[in-house]
Amino acid sequence: MNDLQNLLKEMLSVSGLSGFEAPIRKIVEKAWEPLTDEISVSKIGSLHGLKRGKPSDPRKKVMISAHMDAIGMMVTHIQDGFLHVTEVGGIDHRILPGQPVVVHGREELPGLVVQPPSHLLPESVGSGPVVMKYLLVDVGLRPDDVSEKVRIGDVVSYDQVPLDLTGEAMAGHTLDNRVSVAATTICLEELQSRSHDWDVWAVASAQEEETLGGALTSPFDIKPDIAIIVDVCFAKSEGATDWRNLPFGEGVGLGYGPNIHPALYDMFEKKAKELEIPFNRDLMPKMSGTDAMAVQIVAEGIPCAVLGIPLRYMHTPVETVSLKDIRRTGRLMAEFIADLKPDTLEQIGWEA
Amino acid sequence: MKSLVQKLVETPGPSGFEYEIRDVIREAISDFADEIRVDTLGNLIARKGAKSGKGVRVMVSAHIDEIGLMATHISEEGFIRFTNIGGINPLTCYGGRVLFMNGTRGVIGMEGVEAGKTPKLSNLFIDVGATSKEDCPVKVGNVCGFERPFLDLGKRWVAKSMDDRIAAVIAIEALKRIEKTPHEIFFVFSTQEEVGLRGATTAAYGVDPDVGFAVDVTRSGDTPKPSAKMATALGDGAAIKVRDASFIADPRLVDFMVKTAEDADIPYQLEVLEAGGTDGRAIQLTRSGVPAGCISVVCRYIHSPSEMVDADDVENSIKLLVKLLSNEIVL
Amino acid sequence: MTKKTEELSQKLHIGSDQLELLEKLCNATAVSGDEHEVRQIVMEEVKALADDVKVDALGNVLVTKRGSGENRVRVMLAAHMDEIGMMIVKKHDDDLFQFEIVGGIDERQLPGKAVLVGRDHLPGVIGAKPIHMTTAKERENKIETSSMRIDLGPDIGEKVKPGDRATFATRFRVVGPSIFAKALDNRFGVATLIELLKNPLPNIDLLVAFTVQEEVGLRGAQVAAYTFNPDVGIAVDSTPAYDLPHWDEEEENFQYNTKLDEGPAVYVMDRATIADQRIVRLFRETAVEWGIPYQIRQPGGGGTDAGVIHKSRSGVPSISISVPSRYAHTAASIARIDDWQNTLNLIHAVLSNMSPDKIAGERRD
Repeated sequence: MNDLQNLLKEMLSVSGLSGFEAPIRKIVEKAWEPLTDEISVSKIGSLHGLKRGKPSDPRKKVMISAHMDAIGMMVTHIQDGFLHVTEVGGIDHRILPGQPVVVHGREELPGLVVQPPSHLLPESVGSGPVVMKYLLVDVGLRPDDVSEKVRIGDVVSYDQVPLDLTGEAMAGHTLDNRVSVAATTICLEELQSRSHDWDVWAVASAQEEETLGGALTSPFDIKPDIAIIVDVCFAKSEGATDWRNLPFGEGVGLGYGPNIHPALYDMFEKKAKELEIPFNRDLMPKMSGTDAMAVQIVAEGIPCAVLGIPLRYMHTPVETVSLKDIRRTGRLMAEFIADLKPDTLEQIGWEA
Repeated sequence: MKSLVQKLVETPGPSGFEYEIRDVIREAISDFADEIRVDTLGNLIARKGAKSGKGVRVMVSAHIDEIGLMATHISEEGFIRFTNIGGINPLTCYGGRVLFMNGTRGVIGMEGVEAGKTPKLSNLFIDVGATSKEDCPVKVGNVCGFERPFLDLGKRWVAKSMDDRIAAVIAIEALKRIEKTPHEIFFVFSTQEEVGLRGATTAAYGVDPDVGFAVDVTRSGDTPKPSAKMATALGDGAAIKVRDASFIADPRLVDFMVKTAEDADIPYQLEVLEAGGTDGRAIQLTRSGVPAGCISVVCRYIHSPSEMVDADDVENSIKLLVKLLSNEIVL
Repeated sequence: MTKKTEELSQKLHIGSDQLELLEKLCNATAVSGDEHEVRQIVMEEVKALADDVKVDALGNVLVTKRGSGENRVRVMLAAHMDEIGMMIVKKHDDDLFQFEIVGGIDERQLPGKAVLVGRDHLPGVIGAKPIHMTTAKERENKIETSSMRIDLGPDIGEKVKPGDRATFATRFRVVGPSIFAKALDNRFGVATLIELLKNPLPNIDLLVAFTVQEEVGLRGAQVAAYTFNPDVGIAVDSTPAYDLPHWDEEEENFQYNTKLDEGPAVYVMDRATIADQRIVRLFRETAVEWGIPYQIRQPGGGGTDAGVIHKSRSGVPSISISVPSRYAHTAASIARIDDWQNTLNLIHAVLSNMSPDKIAGERRD
């Protein structure tokens, strides 16, 4: 299915750092516009798409929330034409030296993250890793041009081109969490030919990587009866082998823990078994590290499910995902939603 | 204006105990606001103007609390152990003077600490001149602020609570100077910012604004070997915040603030702060979200008893705030 | 003891019924996020007492008991049902189970303890290597949680699976003036609110929230407060008593937080809340008026459900009040029955003194 790869690549062709989601929002809006009945933008930049359920009054509402913002960097000050940066979201500084980036100044400027030679760094750094405050971004322009085109607070995004790996997988930056936006899109596509009782609110949320801002605010507006949060989860790879990491390419992660309503977990598990969609329980003993942390406690509280798409090398520019898992996640959501009956909410209790 | 600054910075008001400073500000604004109320957490909320044309409801938040100390134990000898209210650096405590809300004055002493080691708060105590627990006028739970008079260095002003009384001055002055506005503006003199933006959280919910501006201080990068490299400097103008550790200012609003400053020839500087938090976060994330920004006054030695700002930066911040609030806000 | 207090203690006496309820609550398992067992006990206890009972989206039990008088104050009382504990995260070879801590447990408290796993309370142990096989060097370091295992014996089959919760196996005991139990933080609060529901007052609407997920971030209380939208908030909890001697006998322990036998701990400030002085004053004055002993908890760290209640919507005047107990967040706490009795008395007395004028005007000193 080339459509998925194309959609992903289009989404990865733009930035959209936390708080600066406009570029990615436009692309998601274009993808969702034909699939939804109504599109709107929240006051802080989350995208809301409404696909109405079968006519009846009142209808229940399910919200699917996938954050669209990206991690990256921001210019803190400029010195002799070199840029000092800080992180937006969490970045391991050890993966930065030599990375190609785009500086979003008065125009888009290609640049490189550079590691100054040891003798220009504090002696204590030695041959050890260089922390972000000593790394610089060089945009290849003379200092005067830089001061003209770049200002404090400009954002800096990764500039790697996505790669179709030899196996059935894709690598690139910001697959966290554009893969979940893609899965949500697949879900909306599937629902085109399905009848569903509930209103479906697809949300591409803003600011997850920084403040969970989108997830704190959109549900206040939408007031969903239940919410499905889709995000990436950790896939097993070298050095990431403990219980927190799920097998790569072997199915959807079903979040289990305090952020997740146990009845919703059970419904998803049952649905996945019934459809023979592979899944793994993704244990979240405390907080889920996803938008569900916020969504769950908005207003009077919202029952949440968390679906995870296993991803390797999270928050690097070479995040790697299995396309199968994206499709599985989209399909599982669609089937779950198509199954929601007007009285399903009454079954989501705490008696179990 | 300088006398207002002096009055405000010398009035005590540790987080949660802002009643005196609130009274002072209420008096200063009573002739200029259309309506004044106080909410549950003690936020002083003053409305000015009504919506007309393209006007919206705007919240301006300047916090009136300051860092302080609270007594946790009185020893038999009359020494007072304490905990912090807000971020207190033990390095700036020893030898400092404090003023309790009940009027008691005292000095901060320290246990013997190994040479070269930084003391912890638990190594410090307050001495109010008592000789025993019985004659100590301070009880567990009593609160004090640091005591230090306003210092006028001409172009630069110094005080113990410049964070964030200078913002209160800016809000008060803007409230006075705005002649005509299409907006319904709520000036919130917020409480409990130093312990986690608590006042602004409930005030923002209550005001339910369309747009919000925080006014606060930010760090400077213009002193010898600053702890964090920053492009901000005293005297370079009103600082327009792009982000701090608590929130990312709405980029549309940042652009609008920059344009407003440029059009009005008001000196400004952009600010990226890698620490700290401001009421802007509380406004941005209330209810279904609010576009929010922040005007910062660059300040040296924040959370020490000698916080320094530049008089021109203060004036420019007032001018910028007045401009922002007097015209249509375009996002 | 004044006559007033004597009457009160008769009405709200902590006798064998109350201790039996507390025992049942403490012995139940309710690790944050899976409060099922305590919720069941609470539902059973409150259904006959309330005007309205509901379980919300997070699993909080929200109970309304309206008064009958004029100008009633809507008072929210919150006590969290959850406790710290463990979640099984992986089954290793030989039927040994790896686990993660839920809530704040000092991992030095774990080795060599008995635990109960899952809804069926399956007994197991957290073992430790025989001392013979450790080196002196090794014993200088603490045993990391990730290296500990829960052992339920061989051939456990599918009876335990990753995701199951576990708690310390400690059983409730009364020893002289004291209670030994796990999870007194916060079954004390839960039992207190049930007793208060049994003794309603005409001047207030009691909005009682038995909350979830306090130990992982005050999460249940946040939505409960939004739902109730109360006039006043009171978190009823249990707080540590560190009234132990300092290792250096010359040194005074000035960081005791609270002390046993000194009555309920009234909060002025913790890391999550600066209590509304109007309510603090009401507690102090009521205690003096009724002759009920109380102590001011040392201001400082910690946090209770009041931390989110007071910030709900446009703000709620709030306070916390706690039963002191030693060794919270370990396998066994020790607390005094008298302190619990006085806590119950004081809250009830304060509620009976509650009126709209107590929260009128501005928050001041």
